[in-house]
Amino acid sequence: MLFIFAAAMTTLFMMDVEKLGRRGESYLLLLASTLGMNLMASASDLVMLYLAIETTSIPLYVLSGFMVDDEKSTESGFKYLLFGAMTSAVMLYGFSLLFGFTGTTNLYEIAAAIAGAQVSTVTALGVITLILVGLGFKVSLVPFHFWAPDTYEGAPTPVAGFLSTASKAAGFAVLVRLFFIAFAKNGLSPDWTTGLAVLATLTMTLGNLVAMTQTNIKRLLAYSSIAHAGYAMIGVVAFSDLGATSVIFYLIAYILTNLAAFGIVAVFSRVSGSDRIADYAGLSRRSPWLAMAMLVAFLSLAGMPPFGGFVAKVFVFAAAVKADMIWLAFVGVINSILGVYYYLTVLKVVYLYRMEGEAEESHPIPLTRPYGIALVVLSLGVLLIGTLFAPWFGASGAAALNLF
Amino acid sequence: MTFPILSLIVFIPMVAAVIMLLIPAERRNETRAVALAAATFDLLLAAWVYVQYLVNEMTGYQFVETYRWLPQLGISLKFGVDGMSAPLVLLTGIVMFTGVLISWGVDDNHHPAGIQDRPREFFAFLFILASGVFGVFASLDLFMLFFFYEIAVFPMYLLIAIWGWVKTREYAAMKLTLYLFVGSVISLVGALAMYWAAYQSTGVLSFDMLLLEKANFPLNFQVAWFLPVFFGFAVLGGIFPFHNWSPDGHVAAPTAVSMFHAGVLMKLGAFAALRVGIMLLPEGAKYWSWLVMLLAGIAVVYGAFIAFQQTDMKYMIGFSSVSHMGLVMLGLSTLNKTGLTGAGVQMFSHGVMTALFFAVTGMIYDRSHTRQIPELGGMNKIMPFASVGFIIGGLVSMGMPGFSGFIAEFPIFMGVWHVNSLLAIVASISIVLTAAYILRNIRDVFFRPMPDNLEGHITDVTVLDKIAIVTLCTFMIGIGLFPSVMVPMVQTGVENILRLLGGA
Amino acid sequence: MDFLSSHLLTTILFFPVLAALVILFLPGGEAKLIRWTAFVASLVPFALSLVIWFNFDKSAAGFQFEEQYVWYQALNSTFHLGVDGLSLTMVLLTTLLTPLALLASFSISEKVKAYFMLFLLLETGMLGVFMALDLLIFFVFWEVGLVPMYFLINQWGSANRNYASLKFLIYTMAGSLGLLLAVQMLGVAFGTYDLVALFDKWPYAATLPNVALGGMSIATVKTIAFWAFVVAFAIKVPVWPFHTWLPDAHTEAPTAGSMILAGVLLKLGAYGFLRLVLPFYPMQAQQYAWALAFLAVMAIIFGAFGAYGQTDFKRLVAYSSVNHMGFVVLGIAAAAKVAGTADAHIAMNGAVLQMFNHGLSAAGMFFLVGVIYERTHTRNLSDFGGLFPLVPVYGGILIFTSMASLGLPGLNGFISEFLVVRGAWGPLPVFTALAMIGLLFTGAYILKGIKDVLHGPLNEHWAHGEHKLTEINTREILVMAPLMALILWIGVWPAWILDVINKAVVRLF
Repeated sequence: MLFIFAAAMTTLFMMDVEKLGRRGESYLLLLASTLGMNLMASASDLVMLYLAIETTSIPLYVLSGFMVDDEKSTESGFKYLLFGAMTSAVMLYGFSLLFGFTGTTNLYEIAAAIAGAQVSTVTALGVITLILVGLGFKVSLVPFHFWAPDTYEGAPTPVAGFLSTASKAAGFAVLVRLFFIAFAKNGLSPDWTTGLAVLATLTMTLGNLVAMTQTNIKRLLAYSSIAHAGYAMIGVVAFSDLGATSVIFYLIAYILTNLAAFGIVAVFSRVSGSDRIADYAGLSRRSPWLAMAMLVAFLSLAGMPPFGGFVAKVFVFAAAVKADMIWLAFVGVINSILGVYYYLTVLKVVYLYRMEGEAEESHPIPLTRPYGIALVVLSLGVLLIGTLFAPWFGASGAAALNLF
Repeated sequence: MTFPILSLIVFIPMVAAVIMLLIPAERRNETRAVALAAATFDLLLAAWVYVQYLVNEMTGYQFVETYRWLPQLGISLKFGVDGMSAPLVLLTGIVMFTGVLISWGVDDNHHPAGIQDRPREFFAFLFILASGVFGVFASLDLFMLFFFYEIAVFPMYLLIAIWGWVKTREYAAMKLTLYLFVGSVISLVGALAMYWAAYQSTGVLSFDMLLLEKANFPLNFQVAWFLPVFFGFAVLGGIFPFHNWSPDGHVAAPTAVSMFHAGVLMKLGAFAALRVGIMLLPEGAKYWSWLVMLLAGIAVVYGAFIAFQQTDMKYMIGFSSVSHMGLVMLGLSTLNKTGLTGAGVQMFSHGVMTALFFAVTGMIYDRSHTRQIPELGGMNKIMPFASVGFIIGGLVSMGMPGFSGFIAEFPIFMGVWHVNSLLAIVASISIVLTAAYILRNIRDVFFRPMPDNLEGHITDVTVLDKIAIVTLCTFMIGIGLFPSVMVPMVQTGVENILRLLGGA
Repeated sequence: MDFLSSHLLTTILFFPVLAALVILFLPGGEAKLIRWTAFVASLVPFALSLVIWFNFDKSAAGFQFEEQYVWYQALNSTFHLGVDGLSLTMVLLTTLLTPLALLASFSISEKVKAYFMLFLLLETGMLGVFMALDLLIFFVFWEVGLVPMYFLINQWGSANRNYASLKFLIYTMAGSLGLLLAVQMLGVAFGTYDLVALFDKWPYAATLPNVALGGMSIATVKTIAFWAFVVAFAIKVPVWPFHTWLPDAHTEAPTAGSMILAGVLLKLGAYGFLRLVLPFYPMQAQQYAWALAFLAVMAIIFGAFGAYGQTDFKRLVAYSSVNHMGFVVLGIAAAAKVAGTADAHIAMNGAVLQMFNHGLSAAGMFFLVGVIYERTHTRNLSDFGGLFPLVPVYGGILIFTSMASLGLPGLNGFISEFLVVRGAWGPLPVFTALAMIGLLFTGAYILKGIKDVLHGPLNEHWAHGEHKLTEINTREILVMAPLMALILWIGVWPAWILDVINKAVVRLF
């Protein structure tokens, strides 16, 4: 459901990107990838899971390198492909080991097998590590994040948006499923939660710190999306029904918000041809509505109410506190402060600085209809999640229940 | 179902903000009309709540409204006021109303004055801020309290960064936002901890503060969490040593925002620190009250000293706010009836007073383009009305009897006497210092001969400015002469706090 | 009428405020209208206080005309007013001097509206102090009076007014700080601010409930609180060495401001001693009477020396205030030392009467200085000389008033100074003897002043042409007439006023 929605939005954004919108193949690829994601989220068999992951990834490799005559796009696609192939190989190795130890590919049976102590703890942890490499790549956890900034920067903006949201959410779906089902039921969980907590901390901190120094908006968003993966991981680490619910809720909010953010970037770069943050100066005068949308998106990313990001963060932290991982909640809190800093810096440029020569009046930014619709829908969505969060939370809760 | 008056108060500014954003940018008059109408309506509603508040009923919260929000986690939209928050709701109404008046944008002769750059966005952000502030004062749900708290914080960034004083606005806005955000998220973690602890002890998942009040957290839990929760909020209250965002913020902010900032936002911090820190963790409060008292005492004296050193009017007022908010904290830290009552009244009194200060300072700055005290002079000849207003504000600030400042400060000091007489004596140094810097400022800015370069450039304040000044002064003198219009109400709130503190 | 008779004090107290509000809405340009409104309005409290004076039951104990209203419930403070012989005298003095001062300020032409409003507010502040029977209300009015005075000096004073007004305010505020703290401590300890209740509880309290004393003994605390009170009031009186604000303030204040300052404001301090310090701290007062007496004598001597050394006519009169108020304090010290004896009563009678008398004569002197200053625009004694032939009426009045100030028998100053000295002789012989020396210098400086202004070689500058000195006019004589009449009346037949004072004094001390 979610992925289809994300794909639809991405489609709207793609329509107006030259060399992308006019080529039917791109939509096909997008749909194929979406199909893969849906499979990813619902698969309960290792083979199925792996197939789904590849179904998702391969169209995306192509999409990110789609603009053949743009060097950066090509580079981006290639990089993504290399990294992706390598990590999925590692993951596949992990899967096969898992099969080897347990003799089954069904997740629930694996869980039973592990619970039945047919696999030693050390082995299981080894396997987990291998699988984590693959999934960590998908959700861009540190230290498997290196591809993200380059790919996002090079890929066509709507694709980057899709990569950073839907693809990541799918990765999380698998992650949650695997860890909550397969590796839940014995003394393993304390070991991997600690490991994941460390990873989450690293991811958040590194993502935010590096994002602070960026001058390119897409790279900034890339690092910020790394950081957000870290926040979402907090929910996974909390390892409870609330944790799962909060991860899913977080992802809903995050997808909406980040899609909006990339959408805005796409609109802007189409007109100005630039992704530099400094070029956003005077945006609020050139297009108040676009600026407003950006305000909504960035404040939501920063975790300010009444937008989705705030509520989502609160739930994630609540889960952490409940799991007695108060230190992790504090890490999250401190990181969100770092986040506020760079998000506000961007907004400062948008609202405060003026274009050279104060010539905003003569440089309006027209909004085409597809963009307009998409942005309005996304902004309202972000706002709705942030205020009337009960139904969304209910849906997340229902999804989370399936896991247990 | 009673008439949802508190929800109206909270959401009217928000709705007005949206309406304003939908009005085309060129139609400034309509924007202003919407702003003024909403502000007036809100002020009337707030006054209605204040008047209708039943002082004799010591039952705690009144005008309570509850809406289910997220039942799974026990989050509900629950509003209600007690004797502590009702005056603050009124205060917010007053500051909002006067803030709109003084940022009007045209003077009596239809010349541009006040906020010129994108007034639509300015008013919209200001109103979102107001909504958040109302929300915090009225919320009885811990989650919603945070929700509105953050809403109140983030528009500040834009308001200061966009419309602020060019030289320091970026720095100040970022500093302010980060400080406040740090404080609030730290408190948030504490609040979540309380939430789960209450769940463990009562078995009910709820952010409802009335339930959390009854949770009886274990002593060591309270002792451990009081500090992060209390200080997280107290940052916004400008408590020493986390005060240093505040003067910078004041200086950089445009006039109406300074009024809001010092007048209302700082109260928000103190109020939330009281509501969440002291009321939900009473044992923790008892344990740590010495520390709060010490820091507040330092803030009181230190703030006054630094204010004394300033030559920029806004810095002076900014540090005086630190000093006065220190008094609020001092009153809170006494945890006894007189001290808390004083703190409650002081929040209101200081809010009105400092709003007036910033309003007049803004009027002077708009005309002279300087806030440096040595560069100003002779203002009373040109703007006698504003100078009388400033003088009245000054007298309130000095704690002069007959004005609200005295009514507020006196019980605070009395409360401190109960606990630590030495501190009462030390803190009273600030009174002399305050008198000295306020008088010096009045003398220099208003009564000294006007510098030549200003001669002929200064005009009198507008009718709207005068209305704003009169409104503010009325409250200060009214309470000063008739403390019974506010004090008994605050006391009902205090009774409630004392009950939680175990009748201490 | 019923309302009026049951609310006499409140009416007196707030009528000036009412008048000030009326003036606020008068057009600012109508200077004449404003002046007359203020003047007529100020006669009403005077008339009402005369009503009180004649209806006052001299033989009854305690306070009369009491009124009590809810004010600040949370602190158990009520709006409690009442007068006894002591305060009634002061109320009368205030309501008498205010119309005269207003009449004297008809020559003010700048910012007339604000001036008269402030003056009326000042009257309310002073009256409130004299009437208050609640410690908090006392303090409120104590401070309220400061503000109008500050602005009167600051706005309508002469060249150095900024400095003087700030000095005045800072001194007094710093003084009242200790008072404030002590008041708070009392309030916290006993949960009430009512003077009548506190008189019963505080002086004999062996413990201070509710107050964290930090390990100090009750005696120490009381001593500290005693000094806190004393310093606050001593600054106001002013007693040496806290007197330095006074010459500045007086010199810079407008004429009417000086009249009220010397006539009434200084009495606030002395009144504080009588009303609060002695009843609250009988033990401490007795113990430290020598210190008070010492300060008083220093004030008398230094005041006299200081006055003698001045070349500025107004400063001379200002220092004479220090000198005269010294006698008040000396009387108080003597009474404290031997509380309850006949000596004490005599000294106290003298002190209170001296307060009243000094109010009359100092107001008169300042006014006369103002009269000549308005004509010559100088106060420098060496600029005058031999003016008597030019302005014989003025000269006569000046000599008359100076003689009252000097203590010439037959005029009021003699009566009160005699009583003080007579009462103080027994308990404090050494200090009294020293004070007598001071009295000698009093004679010297007053005669010097008269000589420099009226006698000696005529300064030709004032005799001819555009600088020709004009005689005192009718309005100015009208201001002086009541003062002179009272001066003479008390000098010849003091019984009418001493009777009222004595009853109160005997009962209190």
